[in-house]
Amino acid sequence: MTTTSLTKTDDHSTPILAATGVTMRFGGLTAVRAVDLTVRPGEIVGLIGPNGAGKTTFFNCLTGLYVPTEGRVAYQGTVLPPKPHLVTQAGIARTFQNIRLFANMTVLENVLVGRHTRTKEGLASALLRLPSFRRAEQASKERSMELLEFTGLATKCDHLARNLPYGEQRKLEIARALASEPGLLLLDEPTAGMNPQETRATEELVLAVRDQGTAVLVIEHDMRFIFRLCDRVAVLVQGEKLIEGTSETVQADERVIAAYLGTPFEGAPGSDEVAEVEAAEAHQHTAQTEDGQ
Amino acid sequence: MTIHTTTLDGTSPPLPLSPTLARALTAIGTIGALISTFVAWTWTTSFPGNLTVTGYPGGLQLITLTGAVLTTVYLIVGYGIRGLRWLAPAGTSGPVLYLALGTLGTTWYTLLAITVDLGGLANLEPGGYIAAATTLIAVIGALGLPTDSATDPRPSPNAPGPPSWYRLRRALASVPPQRAKPLPVWAEILAIAIAFGIGLYLFTYGIDTEYAELFLGYLILTSFGFAALNSAGLIARLTALTTKHHNIALAAAFVAAACFPFTQDNDTYTSVGAYILIFATVALGLNVVVGLAGLLDLGYVAFLGVGAYAAALVSGSPESSIGVHFPFWAAMLTGAAASLVFGVLIGAPTLRLRGDYLAIVTLGFGEIFRISMLNLNGTTGPDVTNGSMGIPNVPSLKIFGFDFGENHNILGYPIGPFGNYYLLMLLVTAFVVLVFRRAAESRIGRAWVAIREDETAATAMGINGFRLKLLAFALGATLAGLAGTVQAHVTTTVTPEQYQFAGPVPPNSAFLLAAVILGGMGTLSGPIIGAALLYLIPAKLDFMADYQLLLFGLALILLMRFRPEGLVADRRKQLEFHETGQLDVPDQDRLPGQGIGITKAEA
Ligand SMILES: Nc1ncnc2c1ncn2[C@@H]1O[C@H](COP(=O)(O)OP(=O)(O)O)[C@@H](O)[C@H]1O
Ligand SMILES: [Mg+2]
Repeated sequence: MTTTSLTKTDDHSTPILAATGVTMRFGGLTAVRAVDLTVRPGEIVGLIGPNGAGKTTFFNCLTGLYVPTEGRVAYQGTVLPPKPHLVTQAGIARTFQNIRLFANMTVLENVLVGRHTRTKEGLASALLRLPSFRRAEQASKERSMELLEFTGLATKCDHLARNLPYGEQRKLEIARALASEPGLLLLDEPTAGMNPQETRATEELVLAVRDQGTAVLVIEHDMRFIFRLCDRVAVLVQGEKLIEGTSETVQADERVIAAYLGTPFEGAPGSDEVAEVEAAEAHQHTAQTEDGQ
Repeated sequence: MTIHTTTLDGTSPPLPLSPTLARALTAIGTIGALISTFVAWTWTTSFPGNLTVTGYPGGLQLITLTGAVLTTVYLIVGYGIRGLRWLAPAGTSGPVLYLALGTLGTTWYTLLAITVDLGGLANLEPGGYIAAATTLIAVIGALGLPTDSATDPRPSPNAPGPPSWYRLRRALASVPPQRAKPLPVWAEILAIAIAFGIGLYLFTYGIDTEYAELFLGYLILTSFGFAALNSAGLIARLTALTTKHHNIALAAAFVAAACFPFTQDNDTYTSVGAYILIFATVALGLNVVVGLAGLLDLGYVAFLGVGAYAAALVSGSPESSIGVHFPFWAAMLTGAAASLVFGVLIGAPTLRLRGDYLAIVTLGFGEIFRISMLNLNGTTGPDVTNGSMGIPNVPSLKIFGFDFGENHNILGYPIGPFGNYYLLMLLVTAFVVLVFRRAAESRIGRAWVAIREDETAATAMGINGFRLKLLAFALGATLAGLAGTVQAHVTTTVTPEQYQFAGPVPPNSAFLLAAVILGGMGTLSGPIIGAALLYLIPAKLDFMADYQLLLFGLALILLMRFRPEGLVADRRKQLEFHETGQLDVPDQDRLPGQGIGITKAEA
């Protein structure tokens, strides 16, 4: 509903992210099995699936925190080495499902750390305090403050990250990720634990991020959030990609419904969504499967 | 009704006395104690410090007198006299209680020491009994003073234990001070200067104490006095000032430290000062590794050793296996470079390990260094270090014709060899302080702290974990090596036994780590204060040498239980001055470094 036109025009450009045959095994457990996924410039792509489906593991494979057992991940056509810092340098930034801020650093410092790859003042320059060091430091601070304005945290820049309320900690994770000027932002359950107002604000934030030219791949359990925002949605069940398509296609798919009914959600919002999906199913019967590639 | 009771409960003191009675008791007790110091406490001069004279105080009586005077001052401030309120921006009941306790502690300790040293209570004169009784009365009175703040959220009334215990903890808890009236800049700078002047005086007094009893009495009163000033809110004020004018504060600290040798008329205690500086500088170097980057290094003293050995070998010592004599600047560079190389060689393979593994491997490497130095003696290995004999007769330094081994007159004050080395070492310390601060407040320093806080998240933010950890390790090693080059000349002999993992004489790896943790990890002043305490206390209380490590362990356990962040708290102190009151999250200490509400599996 939001950006069909954009998606269409960019259909033929190089995908910003192309994951091919990503498989991740932990001993006997195959957490992710031969998953293909593409994200094109300017897209918001959703990744949904029941708990334990392997969504976070897939993110970890994309960002180099895990070395995938098989498969490869390419960013703008170049294959990424499985090293987290190189992935970030290339232009993929992420947030974490269980917030991983630098708790004893201030809000501003957290964002400044996010700028690490986009600045290069080394130890020598820090010790000598040359004018170039001061300039770079100043520029970093300004850019970080802009990001804090953007996420609505500017007034709290001097607070310790650990003292922020939960919703603001999630926002700070987004600001910190944006500080590395990514071409693709990976969000792992950005609204988990948020109240409806905060969720709405996060939706706006994600749209604003996309409007600034950053593609977004988002894991989320809140179906309203997914279906409002995403141009495409992929469903992961037991490590395998079940289906990928527009919100309508996915909502209508029987197997998605089965998967969700088979493994019910934790918490109240989930059960709402199941009801919604069921309702949708009553109207439509066309199921459509689509491959990432 | 409920609210009413809680409020009453909030200010009600540990002892249910009426405020007037409590004040009167404290005043009577304090003035009694004050007077008692002018009376004889014992009959014989065989207890050090002559406490036999009626008419003026002597020895440990002076400490009691100081405690009583300070208590009186805070009692008077408690009457709300204009012009004195700045002494207690957070209230006076806490400071009075702490000071009364400190006076009681030091007095009773003195009387106990007399009884034990001279063999029996019979050695106490009536003056002693009066001192004991009056200090006790003062404490009882102080326990009845209304507690300073009812709004302080900690400790909560639901805390376990009897209510009186809870009230006592409340009475001793520190209360955030009221906001300061803005002072003119010159007044703020003057305040900083005065504070460092007092600091220098206290340090000099402690180092100059001639007998262990006096030092212990001094230690008891200064600890309680410090707690009192903290409870009065003055420490928080001072921290705010030094944060605001940090360059001036650093300069003031440097000047105060440089004044120290000029207060001494011989070299006895200046040597203690020089050793403290060496220890403190190395601790600050370790703070880069442990405090900033969060790498637990248990073999750090080896880098000091590398620097010292390198400097000793090129010092022109007749016992050196290399017959060269470098000028000191070249020796310093050699020592620092040797340490740097050694640091990279050890760091490169080990820094891929995390946590406990790194600690064990660095511990191993520290011992390997010491044992190698033992074995490079010509029989079990090539002859480089003379084995356990070490490299003796490291000649004294000569820089621009200034011989560090001789007495000099500087500005009319006699400065001995240790004084010279103290001043040289102070320059090295200042350099290390500068490096530490500049490194910490930069992109690199932030990356180190990020790695310390959460290495996975740090790498996901684009930080090359291994490279930055190696950089921290190498910088830490270089700084220790630099200190080592001076150490070789101060000790004049470099032996493997100086560089153990743990031993009774600092610096060794265990004491270095303790100085960092005790002082406050990641802070600038913490490790320096920690090192000063850890050097001075064992040096002064040599009669306890046999129990020293035991007491040291006990002190560390107590500290970690009651103040896990160390003596100097990192950042939080600064942040407490934000008007937003964001620290209202109760009981921070109980939530160690974690985000809230983590429910799902690790990312
Ligand atoms: N490091 C790991 N070692 C072993 N098993 C893992 C590891 N990480 C994830 N898993 C397993 O992989 C499966 C998928 O987990 P995850 O990716 O967190 O699911 P989701 O994010 O979709 O809820 C789970 O069964 C989980 O236990
Ligand atoms: Mg997950």
